[in-house]
Amino acid sequence: MDTIIKKSTTPDALSTSRLQALLRWEAFLILIVFLVCVMNSYLSPYFLDPWNLSDATFNFTEKALIALPMAMLIIAKEIDISVAAIISLSSTLMGLVAQMGAPIYMVVLVGVLVGATCGLFNGVLVTQFKIPSIVVTIGTMSLFRGISYILLGDQVVRDYPDGFEFFGQGYVYWVFSFELLLLVLFALLFYWLLHRTTFGRYTYAIGNNPTASYYSGIKVDKHRLILFTLVGVMSGIAAVLLTSRLGSTRPSIAMGWELSIITMVVLGGVSILGGSGTIGGVVLAAVLMGMVTFGMGLLNIPGIVMTIIVGVMLITVVSLPALISFYKNRLSKKEVHQS
Amino acid sequence: MLKRFVYSREGILSLIVLAMFFSVGAISPDFISLSNSIGIFNDTAILIMLALGQMLVILTRCIDLSVAANVAFTGMLVAMVNQAFPDINMAFLILLSLVVGAFLGAINGLFVWLLKVPSIVITLGTMSIYRGATFLLSDGAWVNSHQMSESFIGLPRYEVLSIPVLCWTAIALIILAFWTMKFSVWGRNFYAAGGNPMAAFYSGVNVGKVQFYGFLVSGTLAGLCGYFWVSRFAVAYVDVANGFELQVIAACVIGGVSIVGGLGSVIGCVIGALFIGVVNNALPIIGVSPFWQMAISGTVIIIAVIANASSNKEKARIILRKPDQASTSLSAQSH
Repeated sequence: MDTIIKKSTTPDALSTSRLQALLRWEAFLILIVFLVCVMNSYLSPYFLDPWNLSDATFNFTEKALIALPMAMLIIAKEIDISVAAIISLSSTLMGLVAQMGAPIYMVVLVGVLVGATCGLFNGVLVTQFKIPSIVVTIGTMSLFRGISYILLGDQVVRDYPDGFEFFGQGYVYWVFSFELLLLVLFALLFYWLLHRTTFGRYTYAIGNNPTASYYSGIKVDKHRLILFTLVGVMSGIAAVLLTSRLGSTRPSIAMGWELSIITMVVLGGVSILGGSGTIGGVVLAAVLMGMVTFGMGLLNIPGIVMTIIVGVMLITVVSLPALISFYKNRLSKKEVHQS
Repeated sequence: MLKRFVYSREGILSLIVLAMFFSVGAISPDFISLSNSIGIFNDTAILIMLALGQMLVILTRCIDLSVAANVAFTGMLVAMVNQAFPDINMAFLILLSLVVGAFLGAINGLFVWLLKVPSIVITLGTMSIYRGATFLLSDGAWVNSHQMSESFIGLPRYEVLSIPVLCWTAIALIILAFWTMKFSVWGRNFYAAGGNPMAAFYSGVNVGKVQFYGFLVSGTLAGLCGYFWVSRFAVAYVDVANGFELQVIAACVIGGVSIVGGLGSVIGCVIGALFIGVVNNALPIIGVSPFWQMAISGTVIIIAVIANASSNKEKARIILRKPDQASTSLSAQSH
């Protein structure tokens, strides 16, 4: 309500739109990615080596795969914080199936199907019982990971079939890993889905005004159900890649990932209040976070300190536009007082 | 009066908690003994205090995810101060924990108040920052029980009328919170700000400021709980209370605090926390392996939330169903 009043007293729509064009989120992110890369190559002469860069992509590919549908879900005003637990459950069941001697395609199929089922379960709870998704997924987060603990206890599963390691460690052509290729394909797919189809437009509509969307004939609940399932499927795929890369499963796999994935989405310019955001921004944010993590790895910075930096990045990035308008408003208020 | 309580959400919930309590007691009679009951309350005291703070935040349509990281940071800080100066006055240490906790909470609150940034994003960020700061502060080292002074460890265990100080603190805070939320304008403002921010604004309530107070109180309580946690378990390390923020939020939600703001009561919040406390304490007694604990608490949260949501349904005839009656978890923050 404050903003309504402020907006009406400062009718400078033209200048802000020009400013916005200059500060387009994606352009801003590209600039920062560039700066980080310059800094990294300054820190280590080996940074720009193609193989090294290829290694750096492993820092973010799996998380980015989940960030893509998560961006759509957040644009539609929902959230899923059970994604890391879905990875854990998928990976656990894949491990159990592999232990029984299932072939590779079965293992992968189980991983993806478990993910889809978990996502569907979240979606049904949210849409059928009308419970806020943040609450539902707090519950399913302990439920999914809890089932992994029941099934595995403190065991570790390592006996995956030969050739399974290709998904997480294989290269398709030269330095292009299978994971990276998959991410590129899915990024294009989700770009098309969100920005080029009616499904995508409905997602924005629901995020901006669920009630209006409902009355204009959009099947809001069905749409949300699909989005939750999509997040589940992608978590299943990420679980296949991560399990294959690590070559082992334990119930504590991917602990804390939900926060870095949501950070990625928010950093990518998706509004946590729903209704706005782009896939391009999310992909750039994923690259940025991967490069920053990799650069800090070059500096031997411990993982937990990296989380500080990611946290500071998140807060700065989110409050920067607010900070600018805060000071702008103060200045214009002063001008009014002086005149 | 009694009838009204029994039919209210809090009444039903407390009946469920009592039923759980006594059915476990039927299996093992020791469970319902007085000393064990005090033990359960003692185990839940920290959760209750944190849930009270979180309730204020959720009432104003915000969420505080940094609360467990705040507990870890403050706990580590007071433990290290105690380790460095074993003869230090306990009153000073408790004051220190309150001030540090309040400061960390105020950071969250200022972002939300002045910059109007969604609280879920800010507290997501400060959560990792505070946790990382705990690591920087301690350099990853632990403070063990033999490095803490006797009075530091002894205070929460000191018994008055055979009830530990930790319990008394929780009881005092519950009474204070109950009075504040029921009778003081300051407390009523939280309901006003969350229930209808626009109306609150035009009736002279500074919504942002109320949100700031919510985070301030949540942070202060987290600071106090930081001391209690570290002294009760007699160890301080970086991963203290890891993931506990979700239990705190779950306690509020089970207790009927609406995540879309403006609805909730102190009694409900306390019973919600006791619900989790009884479940956690009962599982080992009825011989459930610890590996089952997580899945059971997850299921319990989901069932409790579904039950709450269905008791929340409007009694009046609904002509046109709203698609987003409760499923606008994130829009809760826009106003």
